[in-house]
Amino acid sequence: MSRYMKRMALSGLTALATLFGSSAMAVEIEYWQYFFDARVDAMEQLIEKFEEANPDITVKMTHFPYADYRTKVAAAIPAGEGPDVVQLFYGWLNDYIEAGLIQPLPKDAFDPAVIDAEFFPMVQAMKRDGSYYALPTAVRSLALFYNTRLFEEAGIENPPATLDELVETAKKLAKVDGAGNLTQVGITTGMTAQDHHWWREVLVRQFGGDPYSDDYKTVNYTGDAGLDALNFYVGLEKDHKVTQSGFMDEPQAAFKGGRAGMHIDGSFRIGSLNKVRGLKWGVAELPAGPDGTKSNYSSYWVNGITTKAEGEKYDAAVKFLQYLTSDEAMQLWLDVVGELPAKPSVGLIEENANDPTFGPFIKGLEYANTTKFANESAQRQAMVDMVARIDIEGQDPAESLAAAAAEEQKVLDEYYKK
Amino acid sequence: MSAYKRLSIRQKQIVWAWLFLAIPTLFYGLIRFYPTGTAFVISFQDWNLLGERTWTGLSNYQKLWNDPVFWKVFRNTFAYLILGTPVSLVISFVIAYHLDKTRFMHGFLRMLYFLPFMTSAVAMAWVWRWFYQPVPIGLFNNFLASAGIPQIAFLNSTTNALPAVLAPAVWAGLGFQVIIFMAGLRAIPGSYYEAAKIDGVGWWTVLTRITLPLLKPTIVFIVVFSSIGFLRIFDHVFNMTTNNPGGPLNATKPLVLMIYETAFSSFDMGYAAAQTVVLFLILLLVSLLQLWILKGDNS
Repeated sequence: MSRYMKRMALSGLTALATLFGSSAMAVEIEYWQYFFDARVDAMEQLIEKFEEANPDITVKMTHFPYADYRTKVAAAIPAGEGPDVVQLFYGWLNDYIEAGLIQPLPKDAFDPAVIDAEFFPMVQAMKRDGSYYALPTAVRSLALFYNTRLFEEAGIENPPATLDELVETAKKLAKVDGAGNLTQVGITTGMTAQDHHWWREVLVRQFGGDPYSDDYKTVNYTGDAGLDALNFYVGLEKDHKVTQSGFMDEPQAAFKGGRAGMHIDGSFRIGSLNKVRGLKWGVAELPAGPDGTKSNYSSYWVNGITTKAEGEKYDAAVKFLQYLTSDEAMQLWLDVVGELPAKPSVGLIEENANDPTFGPFIKGLEYANTTKFANESAQRQAMVDMVARIDIEGQDPAESLAAAAAEEQKVLDEYYKK
Repeated sequence: MSAYKRLSIRQKQIVWAWLFLAIPTLFYGLIRFYPTGTAFVISFQDWNLLGERTWTGLSNYQKLWNDPVFWKVFRNTFAYLILGTPVSLVISFVIAYHLDKTRFMHGFLRMLYFLPFMTSAVAMAWVWRWFYQPVPIGLFNNFLASAGIPQIAFLNSTTNALPAVLAPAVWAGLGFQVIIFMAGLRAIPGSYYEAAKIDGVGWWTVLTRITLPLLKPTIVFIVVFSSIGFLRIFDHVFNMTTNNPGGPLNATKPLVLMIYETAFSSFDMGYAAAQTVVLFLILLLVSLLQLWILKGDNS
């Protein structure tokens, strides 16, 4: 028995020795992201290029279905397993910092002042107490998709540039049957899709408001601006009758089906629209507000260095993250995944900014805002219910707005009280 | 070893029986009782799945008591039960009763009724979801519109949505209940019916004095089974309202969906565990109540 044990221990030691022996020459770090075909593909290409430039570092990528991602990360890192560089949604940053899963980026390699200057401004949401915790390779923004066939048919030449033009254009595009039922909408609506971002960060600002104060900890849209924005939004359906919330089940389905003239959606929709046969579409910047204010909403996934990374693995992780946020990586990400570069130095080069598809999204980044969500789905629910109360129960918009604000404030208070 | 040798054959048998029983007991304890116990513990804690768990005493339960959404969801859950169980019971009995008497294409008809039970709930929910849409894609509303009748808001309504979601769930469970009922009907000895025939009793009396009383165990089984099913309804609701889960305005949200959302989109594990404990207590209470009724039958 004991001889067997001794032999086991000996062979274990030899194995360890060989492991350490090789690790002196090459460091292996782990990278985790959730599974999405194009993202995995792009990351594989990036890793290959990175390893070529840094022969002493190897990067092992692991990916999980989105549904398990958070649980796996949470279980692995505290146990000293799992990734050295990890991908997370920007809205999860607070949770990750609080749980001690990621560490601040070193100031010598990621100088906050340089990042402030080089990245699009909304990336500053990733800064806490003067240092950055994570950085994106790519970002997403909103734009107005329009169906060029329906535009031609209705004799419309250009996509609307202002909200007033948006209403007029939508009126020309909407179609009703004999009984007055909408069979084609001018513009899709639905707070469940991207409209809650459009309302919160774009419409409220365009009607002269500021949706939140106190660094997104306090709801601030209860004033006139919020009410005007809400009236404009529900007016599309109630007064102008150019849309119907939930028309054809989902806004993107109506647009893909060629039954919607216009549709506000994110840059991540481009790929699936390209796959729809026979659909001809164009993209324009979001329409400007009554006083010409432009705004947009941007969201993104970021990469951070976990608390598990130490010593030479930490140095390798820093190098890898530097590469992931380089101009080269951003261009590759745009070409492979179709997500927008996070730096103007890549995004605003002639070729990208004037691209008919990506251009409007990239231009939107210059004036985009990023909502610091405490709980995105609960905060979205407040918007969904706000419109539903007006739609279904006929509640007064001012009352519904106040109720939504109270509901969202409760979510924020609960989150920040800790 | 020697201790084992000294045992009698009877005692050895007991040792072996325990050994074999230990495996499923251990397995069951590990995958059922241990997580259940943990859920009870977490319900007194605050945990977002990432950080430390901290003790918060009864605060999750206090929050639940004061949460208007919880009471709405509580009412919905019982609405599913109170509407779903009797409706599915009556329909499945009527179908089984008549199917039992049908000889023509009996097997084919039985297959048709059983088919929805084997269909994936997700696929079925999505098809019905599209049936319910307004013009131009909804089957029902297109039909109404072509007949000149105003459209009905099936899912986009706080009053119609719950029955609309319930309908396919009832339909899906029907096949199973029909089969159980038919087995119950077949188990009633033919001599009772012959005796009734000789006495010249009408069909109504036969139904109410012979068939239904003798079906009582079957009925109790189906009631218990379908009640638990309706109290735990989730997949139909979730798939028919994915854009606004349990909506509009929480009109269709059952307790299980609320638990799911609290846990996996708000990551408030403690609060979700507290809701789970409440669901557990409801299920326990309903099951005990029904077992008590079943017992009353035997005495």
